[in-house]
Amino acid sequence: MITGRVWTFGDNINTDLIMPGPALYLPEEERIRFIFQANRPGWVDQVRPGDFIVGGRSFGFGSSRPAALSLRNLGIGCLLAESINGLFLRNCVNFGLLALECPGVSAAFEEGQTAEVSIEEFTVCNRATAKMLKAVPVPDRLVALMRGGGIFPLLEREGLIAPEQPRAPTNASHG
Amino acid sequence: MGMTIVEKILARAAGLPKVAPGDLVVVNVDTTVLYDSNFFPVYWREVLKVADPKKIVVVFDHRVPAPDRSCAQAQIVGREFVTRFHIERFHDIGFDQGIAHVIVADRAYALPGSVLVCSDSHTGSAGAFNCAARGIGGPDIIYAAITGKTWFQICPTVRYDLVGKLKAGVMTKDVFLSVAETYGDHANHNIEFGGFALGDLSLDARRTLSTMGTELNAEFSTFEADDALLDYVRERNPAPFAPQYPDADADYQDRRTIDLDMIEPLVALPDGVIRNSVPVGRVAGEPIQQAFIGSCANGNMDDLAMAARVVAGRRVAPGVRFLVTPGSQAIYRQALKAGYIETLMEAGAVVTNATCGACGGGHMGVLGANETCITASTRNFKGRMGDPTARIYMASPATVAASAVAGVITHPGEFLGGGTAS
Repeated sequence: MITGRVWTFGDNINTDLIMPGPALYLPEEERIRFIFQANRPGWVDQVRPGDFIVGGRSFGFGSSRPAALSLRNLGIGCLLAESINGLFLRNCVNFGLLALECPGVSAAFEEGQTAEVSIEEFTVCNRATAKMLKAVPVPDRLVALMRGGGIFPLLEREGLIAPEQPRAPTNASHG
Repeated sequence: MGMTIVEKILARAAGLPKVAPGDLVVVNVDTTVLYDSNFFPVYWREVLKVADPKKIVVVFDHRVPAPDRSCAQAQIVGREFVTRFHIERFHDIGFDQGIAHVIVADRAYALPGSVLVCSDSHTGSAGAFNCAARGIGGPDIIYAAITGKTWFQICPTVRYDLVGKLKAGVMTKDVFLSVAETYGDHANHNIEFGGFALGDLSLDARRTLSTMGTELNAEFSTFEADDALLDYVRERNPAPFAPQYPDADADYQDRRTIDLDMIEPLVALPDGVIRNSVPVGRVAGEPIQQAFIGSCANGNMDDLAMAARVVAGRRVAPGVRFLVTPGSQAIYRQALKAGYIETLMEAGAVVTNATCGACGGGHMGVLGANETCITASTRNFKGRMGDPTARIYMASPATVAASAVAGVITHPGEFLGGGTAS
């Protein structure tokens, strides 16, 4: 069981809102500053590690940019949405962000309430209202990747990619 | 029940007699395509082995020629990867370069009946080639290059039967906008296209539709194979292949007929395409500062030919920047020989090298605050092409070219000798 404070977002939160184009090639520590800049400026300063996002339909619709990585690096504990774009869900698996589709979740939560999520049972509960919802089950091996940091740790363990190097300070220009 | 096209391709690639919606399958990948964005430090990890270099294609397209030092450095990392693993199908900046999905089509790397992956979201473009193709994530693509495998969860399929014939000046971009308007979002569904009208649709026209499947939020978008496709592939790629056809009793979740005669030019309003389109007449007269034709969806020969036809003998309106980006350098050369490039440039268009460029707001045509653009490209999300206050309308190359000349959103019929009814 994991629990977290909920931030609510509506339908059609696309990848250009999560990670705007100008942020794409910036170092990660700068990039996370751009998250939801157009639709929710200032949010990155309010969110705390372990918080949950509750989205509506088609969360993550759009490009394959590593927006899920930045949400994970921002400390998001779980993404719950009515529906999640297929490519975005893959990137949640790839980058180790726990993400579940959960019909009814949008209406069941107000911002600031606490959600309790069982990964074993695929249930989502609103602690304040005791309303219980069923999430769409995710196959075991995808859950294992989401919870184990994604694909890179797996490839690293098997000696198929080099261990991550500490990144040198960037002096890239982005004109 | 039988299987749809994409189910048959994936079953074969998974070594299974049958797959059905809900199944999670691990498949052998026939073609893995990497591009310049994959080689940035935030996406890339040093690869120590690859499954088969002959199954890998590397194309530089998103930000070329390098607009800044970070892009230049990523291209260096990409070239080192190509050299280290002796990858022959490498499309560096120069003669053979283009947008990855367009190169995949130009060279027929997408073999009918095969599985192709790339980490760009518009990889479904190759679905026009009867190929199970889709965008997967950056780490996914590294996994596929190393192991030769990837995973897919099988989704239900919606079948579209295309009938009839498009009217003059109406393009498959309008067909896409009509589907997005009529049927909305296709989340967690595959799309299959077929029908009697296929023979009248060029491969370019089909690729616009398969590419835009991504914008319907669909998983795989796959076309039936016909002789035109099979001849095209055989002329360009000597590799053997086996097209897949749907079973007669394929289990479609829905089957819909689209009468192409009924399609009119449409425009998607800013910020999205799902249930957000109107007939051109509803927004005609809206002033624009930029018009763009390009991208993996609309940088094809058909698109350039239509744009040239619309602007021939005319001039781009003052105050409008008309940017045209051929999908590949090969298309650029072909359009040059056909006279389209001269016609476009005489009209005042700026014709760029092949790149994703303005479509993604990366470089060469970024929009400023409060500007209005009409685009024949892939996506019109808020902020997609630059400043988040910019307004991006989406339409066909015919409508975009007509608007560039008029300086306001305009029905293409006015420049094609047809009516203006909309």
